[in-house]
Amino acid sequence: MFGIAGGAGRASILALLLVLCAAARATGALVLRDDLQRTVVVPRNPERVISLLPSLTEIVCALGACGRLVAAGQFDDWPARLNKLPKAGGLDDVNVEMIVSLHPDLVLLSRAQRVTQRLDQLGIVSFALQTDRYSDIARAVRLIGALLGVPARAAALNARIQRAVDAVSATAIARRRGAGPSAYFEVDRAPYAAGPQSYIGELLTRLGVRNIVAADLGPFPKLNPEYVVRRDPDVIFIAAADVSTLADRPGWDRIRAVREHRLCAFTPPVMNMISRPGPRVSEGMRAMADCLARVAP
Amino acid sequence: MNATRSALLDGAAPGPLEAGQRTHLALWLAACAAITLLLSLGSLLIGTSSIHTSLGWLWSPDAQSAVVLWEIRLPRTVGAWCAGALLGLAGAVAQGVFRNPLAEPYLLGTASGAALGVTISLMAADASIGALAWAAQLGVTGAAFVGACVAIALTVLLARGVLQTASLLLSGIVVGFLLSAVTSLLLLTRPEMWREMQVFLLGSTGYLGWSSAAMLGTVLCACVVPATLLSRGLDALTLGEDTAQSLGLSLPALRLTLLGVVSLATATAVGQVGIVGFVGLVAPHLVRETLSVNHRYLLIASPLCGGALLQAADLVSRWIVSPSELPVGAVTACVGGAYLALLLWRRTRDA
Repeated sequence: MFGIAGGAGRASILALLLVLCAAARATGALVLRDDLQRTVVVPRNPERVISLLPSLTEIVCALGACGRLVAAGQFDDWPARLNKLPKAGGLDDVNVEMIVSLHPDLVLLSRAQRVTQRLDQLGIVSFALQTDRYSDIARAVRLIGALLGVPARAAALNARIQRAVDAVSATAIARRRGAGPSAYFEVDRAPYAAGPQSYIGELLTRLGVRNIVAADLGPFPKLNPEYVVRRDPDVIFIAAADVSTLADRPGWDRIRAVREHRLCAFTPPVMNMISRPGPRVSEGMRAMADCLARVAP
Repeated sequence: MNATRSALLDGAAPGPLEAGQRTHLALWLAACAAITLLLSLGSLLIGTSSIHTSLGWLWSPDAQSAVVLWEIRLPRTVGAWCAGALLGLAGAVAQGVFRNPLAEPYLLGTASGAALGVTISLMAADASIGALAWAAQLGVTGAAFVGACVAIALTVLLARGVLQTASLLLSGIVVGFLLSAVTSLLLLTRPEMWREMQVFLLGSTGYLGWSSAAMLGTVLCACVVPATLLSRGLDALTLGEDTAQSLGLSLPALRLTLLGVVSLATATAVGQVGIVGFVGLVAPHLVRETLSVNHRYLLIASPLCGGALLQAADLVSRWIVSPSELPVGAVTACVGGAYLALLLWRRTRDA
């Protein structure tokens, strides 16, 4: 938009940043870079926070800052007390008017939400975070801890998460006799699978499970159903609603997991817990590990 | 034109073909059969495992390959052919009834109706709300079929019968928009269903089993017979509604039956493979481009052509990014869209 000519432009940006930082220090604000590579000036200890993404909301609450939330996203359902909060919309139908009327100090959202631009124009501070991978959890916890002014609590939470995850995966691998079972994790019945590169795929790896989906297919490949029959997984992870029709799919009744009913079926709340990269990662892993212990000891 | 009219007045079976035409038709049918056979063979040989160059694999497969071959690839191939044939037939009939070369099977709102049916059934499957339990019982296939039928009923009701083609077209569009709007509203509340819905909206042949193939085949037979029996009426309609009526045809009965055929064919195909676009639109055009025939042969050739088209698209969809697969409708849309653009380009250039 602005024609920036070489060194002069760079110098002026630098100057602007310096001014921003200076201003921030004067008002006690915080300058952080978010996952959209924006430099965001956040007021220190924001008291009115809106979080529009379930995993981020769960992190805020796990940091003991649930009380600072003045609104949440439409799909935020944990912890239960969120149900009393106003819902500021879903992923791409965010209620901008409601957000403005609530006067938030800070809005947490995902990198993919278009509303970011609109909030910028309205002068509302927003911070975008990407939570797609396992490693994103610790980073998001650290950043949100810094944003909320509770860095010590964030460090403690990260340590707790790490310990719990290590414990679950150690137990899961220790109580198994032979090599880990092969598994197919169905995201939906199209069939989309969770590949090894996806967050769910990373959890499977940590549980010592061999994913039947090859890594080069990407995080959530739409498979040819024949692929699953060919790979003949020992275990199938699937939404509870899809279990009854599994054997009706052509050829699927011959899959070992279907034949021997080695199915890990999860209801929507459990599926949400497993698929959200957030503070409940170890609980999601434990749900998977408990099922594995039952169907593939 | 006079020749056609006299042939109609004679009441004889469709105008006898001249020797040259007969040879052309025979050649065309032979070519179509050969292409279909080649595609079928390709479908059986190409899949998630490496391409087997020896045909011997077909005769002596191991146990797992046998399952893949006979319970997955073969019904999928047959089913895709039948679904394509149904769409080709529905397209040819629709273009005749509406006397519009751009008419297509989804004109009466079937696509949006089916999409709504599937959405409701998916929501019901997850939520298991008591009142919606019946929708879950129907399954995706049944729900799509019911949705398509409801949409057709609404369209016909809104047009106050099938007499006025213009108002039928208009009501089809209106019903289509309305039902799509409802689908979008429902999906807004459940974004996690989007991906699955998208697969349905773009068509998928992945789960065609023997029961699906048998159903598609049965409906295909049930549709081709009445359509070809009424082909003379379609020929007469090309001369205009007044002429057709003056020839002693009962237009309401003709339309009702033919639209019934379109509806049944489309609803069945949509139920089994989702919304596969362009096959129904392109197949009759491909036939007309390569074959100059009356409706009787058009209604036989279009299904053959449509079947081969969908088979080819199915093959491409699972081969190009194997072992992932593309939605088959994405392939037909690319190829069909390009073909129609070419057709339009040639026509505007000649005009």
